[in-house]
Amino acid sequence: MTVARTMAVALVGADGAVVEVEADLSKQTPEFRIIGLPDKALGEAVQRVHNACENSGLPLPRRRLTVNLSPAALPKQGSGFDVAIAVASLATEVPMDAASVAATAHVGELGLDGRLRPVPGVLPAVLAASRAGITRVVVPHANADEARLVDGLEVLGAVNLAQVARWHGADVEVPDQEPVPGRAEDAPEADPLDLCDIVGQREAVEALVVAAAGGHHMLMSGPPGAGKTMLARRLPGILPPLDDRAALTVASMRSLSGEPVARLSRVAPLEAPHHSASVASLVGGGSRGIRPGAIARASEGVLFLDEAGEFPASVLDALRQPLESGSIVIHRAGVTATFPARFQLVLATNPCPCGNYGVRGASCSCPPMAIRRYLGRLSGPLLDRIDIELSLTRVSVAPSAAAPTGMTTEAARARVAEARERAAHRLRGTGWRLNSHVPGAWLRQGPHAPTPQARRPLDAALHRGSLTLRGYDRVLRVASTVADLDGAPRIELDHVGRALYLKKGLTV
Amino acid sequence: MADKDVLGRAGEERAALYLESRGYAVLDRNWRCKEGELDLVVADERTLVVVEVKTRRSDGFGDPLEAVDARKRRRLWRLAFAWVAAHPDEVQRRRLRLDAIGLTGPDAATARLDHLEDIR
Repeated sequence: MTVARTMAVALVGADGAVVEVEADLSKQTPEFRIIGLPDKALGEAVQRVHNACENSGLPLPRRRLTVNLSPAALPKQGSGFDVAIAVASLATEVPMDAASVAATAHVGELGLDGRLRPVPGVLPAVLAASRAGITRVVVPHANADEARLVDGLEVLGAVNLAQVARWHGADVEVPDQEPVPGRAEDAPEADPLDLCDIVGQREAVEALVVAAAGGHHMLMSGPPGAGKTMLARRLPGILPPLDDRAALTVASMRSLSGEPVARLSRVAPLEAPHHSASVASLVGGGSRGIRPGAIARASEGVLFLDEAGEFPASVLDALRQPLESGSIVIHRAGVTATFPARFQLVLATNPCPCGNYGVRGASCSCPPMAIRRYLGRLSGPLLDRIDIELSLTRVSVAPSAAAPTGMTTEAARARVAEARERAAHRLRGTGWRLNSHVPGAWLRQGPHAPTPQARRPLDAALHRGSLTLRGYDRVLRVASTVADLDGAPRIELDHVGRALYLKKGLTV
Repeated sequence: MADKDVLGRAGEERAALYLESRGYAVLDRNWRCKEGELDLVVADERTLVVVEVKTRRSDGFGDPLEAVDARKRRRLWRLAFAWVAAHPDEVQRRRLRLDAIGLTGPDAATARLDHLEDIR
C-alpha cells in the first residue's frame, strides 16, 4: 500500500478539529516531508518520527514519504501530531490493519527513543474526536487517565510506538520500557478554607452567600486587613458542585494550560491573577498556539481580582465583553479561537491608594485627586455589571471564646443550593438559571414582579434621582436572590431593603 | 586508489552488468566534463538513462540512496543535458530519464541492489 491514513486532532482555542494525516510513499530517493501548514515544532516532527521509528525496530521506508495534514489550510502547531505521523508513515510499508489505523485518532509527542510523551490539551482533543464520531484514541500513557474522562471511547494509553504498531496488527517486538511520567498532580488541596474562619463581618458573609446564590458579580471595598481576600477565597467552597458539563470545561481549560488532569474536580475553580497581569494573560492569547487566559480558566468558577484598583484600566475593560457574552473570542492571523468565560467576578479594592480613606481612627494621606483616580480605574461600564457593592470595615472587637462562631461553609453551601433550586424553579421555561441572568424588564413586569408596596423604597430612590433605572434593576435582581435565600415566594419590602444595603457600595 | 574508490568502481561495474541484463546498452561510463562526472549512461530503444550509482559498505551511515538529495539531483540533470549536448548522435528522439542505483554491502558482487527509476 502506498497511501495510508489516520487521524489526529488540531486544537484551535478550546475546540479541536479532527485532522486527517495521510502518508504517501513514492518511488523516489529517500526523503521525508510534512505539508499542511505545520509550525516549527510540528515541522521538526520529521526528525523525531525518523529516530523514534528507527529505535522502535520499525525503520521508515527508504523512499520518498510525503505526509499531508488535511484540511491543509488549517494552521497546526505543537508536537501532538508525532504519533499520527509515525503511524501513517509506517502503515505505508509495514503490514498493519488499515481499517484500524484509519479509524483511530492518535495524540502524542514522540521521544527519540520511541516512547510517547505527554502533551497539553489531551482532554479537549479527545472530546473533539468523540464529537467527530471517532471511537478509538491512542494517547501517551501519562495522559490516559485524562483521556478516559470522556465517555464512549476506547482509550489506549501507549508507552511506546512499537506498542501502538502492535495494537494495529504490526508484527513487532514491544520493548519493555518505563512509561514517560506526566507532571505530578498538585498535592490534594489542603483543608478547604472554611467560612467560619471569618471573624465578625456577618454582613459580608451574608453578602457572599447572596452572591453565590444568585451568581452576582461582586465588588468589595475596604481598608487593608478587613478580610476581603479571605472572603473571596471562600466563595468557591460555597458554590454548588459542578455538573458534568461544567467539570469537563474546567478540566479542559486546565489541560490546555498544561496542568495535569487525572480526574474531574467538582469544585468551582478560583483564578486570582496578580494585578500586573496583561490583557493577553487575562483573556488568553499567544501568537502561535492560542492559550487560555485567566478568565477561561475561571470559567464555571470565580475570577478574583485583588487590588482591582491597581489593575490597568485596559485590562479591566477587557472583561466587559466576556462578562456580557459568557465567552471570549480571540482573533489572530488566520485563526479565531473561542474560549468559555462564564465566570463570577469578584473585585476587591482599597478605598484609596493608602487604604485608610474613610476608615475610623485612621488618617488618609492621599490627595483627593489620587483617590478619585484610584477608584476611577473601575470604569462605569464595568461597575454596571456588578450587582453587589460591599463596603467592609475592619473588625474592631477581638474574638472571644464566648462569641458565637459564624456560618460554616457546609451550612452556607446548603443554603446556596436551596436558593438556586428555588430560583431555577421560578425561572423554569425561561432559559435563565440564575437571578443574575434575568433582564430587568422581566423582573419589573414579569409574572414574579414585586408588589408596589415592596417597590416603594426603590421608586422613591429612583424619583429622588439617587438610583438609576439600571441600578433599580440590579437591586431587584439581588432582592430576588435574597427572597430565594429566605424561602419567600415573592420579593417583600424587607428583601428590597437588604438588597439596597448590598448595593450601597462605594460613595464616589 | 583508496578502498572506497575500489568499492565504488566495483559497484558501477555491477550496476552496468545489471542494466545490461535488463536489456539496456551501456553508452558511456564515468563521463567527465568541467561540472562533474556521470557514472553511467545507458539506453534502450526509446529511453536514454543517466544513472547515478552509489555504493556503501553498510547502511550504518544511512541508505546509499539518501545521498542522492535534491541538490545532487539538480546537478545530475544539468550533467545529463551536458552529455546530450556533447553526444547529439546518440539521442535519436529518445526520452531522457534519471535513475539511481544503490548498492549496500562489503562486496559489490553480492551487495543488495536497489534500483529507483525516474527520480525527480
